Amino acid sequence: MRLRITHHTVYDYERPVSFGVQSLRVTPSVFEGQKVIDWQVDMGDTSEAGAGYRDGAGDWVQLWTIHGPISKVPVRIEGEVVTTDLAGVLRGHREVIHPMVYLQTTKMTEPDEALRDLAAGPEQGLGDLDLAHALSHLVHEKVAYRTGVTNGLSTAAEVLAAGGGVCQDHAHVLMAVARARGLPARYVSGYLHADAEGNIHEAAHAWAEIHVGGLGWVGFDAANATCPNDLYVRTGSGLDSRDAAPIRGVTAMGGAEKLEVTVAVSRVEA
Amino acid sequence: MYYNEMFNGDDVREAYASLSDWVDKMPADFRQMKQAEAEALFRRIGITFAVYGEGGDPDRLIPFDMMPRVFTQAEWRRLERGIKQRAKALNAFLADVYSRGEIVRAGRIPARLVYQNAAYEKAAVGFRPPRGVYSHIIGVDLVRTGRDDFFVLEDNCRTPSGVSYMLENREIMMRMFPELFRGNRIEPVDGYPELLRRTLESVAPKKCQGRPRVVILTPGHYNSAYYEHSFLANLMGVELVEGADLFVEGEFAYIRTTEGPKRVDVIYRRVDDAFIDPLTFRRDSMLGVPGLMDVYRSGGVSICSSPGAGVADDKAIYTFVPEMVRFYLGEEPILKNVDTWTLWEDDDYRYVMDNLEELVVKEVHGSGGYGMLVGPRSSKAEIAEFRKLIEANPHNYIAQPTLSLSTCPTFVEDGIAPRHVDLRPYCLCGERIELVPGGLTRVALKEGSLVVNSSQGGGVKDTWVLSE
Repeated sequence: MRLRITHHTVYDYERPVSFGVQSLRVTPSVFEGQKVIDWQVDMGDTSEAGAGYRDGAGDWVQLWTIHGPISKVPVRIEGEVVTTDLAGVLRGHREVIHPMVYLQTTKMTEPDEALRDLAAGPEQGLGDLDLAHALSHLVHEKVAYRTGVTNGLSTAAEVLAAGGGVCQDHAHVLMAVARARGLPARYVSGYLHADAEGNIHEAAHAWAEIHVGGLGWVGFDAANATCPNDLYVRTGSGLDSRDAAPIRGVTAMGGAEKLEVTVAVSRVEA
Repeated sequence: MYYNEMFNGDDVREAYASLSDWVDKMPADFRQMKQAEAEALFRRIGITFAVYGEGGDPDRLIPFDMMPRVFTQAEWRRLERGIKQRAKALNAFLADVYSRGEIVRAGRIPARLVYQNAAYEKAAVGFRPPRGVYSHIIGVDLVRTGRDDFFVLEDNCRTPSGVSYMLENREIMMRMFPELFRGNRIEPVDGYPELLRRTLESVAPKKCQGRPRVVILTPGHYNSAYYEHSFLANLMGVELVEGADLFVEGEFAYIRTTEGPKRVDVIYRRVDDAFIDPLTFRRDSMLGVPGLMDVYRSGGVSICSSPGAGVADDKAIYTFVPEMVRFYLGEEPILKNVDTWTLWEDDDYRYVMDNLEELVVKEVHGSGGYGMLVGPRSSKAEIAEFRKLIEANPHNYIAQPTLSLSTCPTFVEDGIAPRHVDLRPYCLCGERIELVPGGLTRVALKEGSLVVNSSQGGGVKDTWVLSE
């Protein structure tokens, strides 16, 4: 499927920013399920693209510096990607980090007793893939898709207790239970094209990947009870949403910031 | 019995031949006067920081003992070869575990110990720093138990401190006893700052043009080793900076100067990994430079030691260093490791718990002589208390036999008496692997004590290597 993505963010600062540094991980991953036709990142006239490199997880990282004074900093990400449905399998993705590194829990994915109980649900002795599917189903059942219940800093334990959340929360809960069962798991950020039925929620999307013996990394979108297919575009990963943040930055001066975000993922007819 | 480095029975060993006379002929009042003079000199210099981040009172003076510790050229040659070999293996290990991890694939080190290690840095994976060197200054802590028996207690691959003591101890000895240095052929150590600067310059990134600009990045003057940071910057003739003095822009890192920004090529950082760059590591860090990791990874600046270097010096990884020497270099290790029991293995656990009163037990990530049990020097109650700590978290501990650390004569109230010592040489790794002859000798000043840490009553000595 050929998808066109436009992701525009404007950082609106209370006071003009004199200088800023942003590290962006917003470029589609390179693997058999994705082919980039065109991809542009632009931060306006007063910003400069600097150091870029592919990190150990296979993500493209690009540093930008902002020269002020400027009170509105735009981040315009646009491009086209041709996707193929690989049933969630991240085939042909080049990365160096050992999967075991992703067994490490973080503050946001630390399991409490309720998460451990949930993790203990699927029977012992299942193969990795069956176990991963079973856990993803469980998370889908226990955490309803609901906005306003959680915020960007909610932990997996808090989400499960609340019984609802958004895609980020489903990913964290699934990662917590997968790791509790000894499966390496990570947070993935990207985009999702809402299909004609329109039941799928967020265009800027997140899901989890679980490392499965024999297959490697496989995506699981517990929010939508599915594995990523050709409606998904993958950009980056990390130990949790903070670690996988597409944009990290600091600015000098500036004060409080407001964000205006518009994201659209549309299908381009060949 | 303990190996006495000066005396073999009543005979004076070769290394100490000339010192013996010096000690014998020194009048007691002269000695006391000199000791007071040494202390005054140390205070004036302001070198009062705690060694190796041991905590405690940062303004407390570490006692300096005027009796030098001496090695013959032959003894040093062997130590030097052993340390260089170890440094080479440690860097090969780091280069390996941050790329393909061949040593893990070959089953020589358990994957868990590497990839689930708290010091293993995901953000460092897949990048090869200049010359493949991750740890540029390695402090190897050594103890001696016999004429030819040296053991490595631990490696320090991140930012080992204490080298300023090595330099100041020598400086003060030369000022107070110039006649000793006229009468003995002692290898100089004052080339260290120059050697360090050359080492750092040799790992400048490819994008560097002209002579590399080196800076030392310090957490600031509240840090216990700040004295050492400014001391080394001064001797190397490089700038001492804090995070706020640096910034990144485009592909490079810069230092703010009165003449405008200047590009920085090599950062000798004395700041922990977690604080280097708030965009990659701890977001609340005020000590680092935002975006520095991105510039580092894209080859715009070198960071020494490389982020993640600490995975090589963890006490659990320590047990595998001899294996690293064999695996990467195809050689037999010259320096021995101390036998180590890992409490997370059932057999080891049982053995250690049955023999606590004979063993030394340490925390895997501990340092500074805290959180450790010296069985033979502990009461029943202390052992019982420590046993509970181990039971609660066996993964946190390793155990080693209580070593019979060698002794070196040390000035005490009424003359000289044997006291236990260790040694930390500083190995520099860049284009070449180099060492200045000697290192920092720490001495346990309390009679019978085996703990040389300054927080536990330890002092320091000048360390001599005799020329041939």
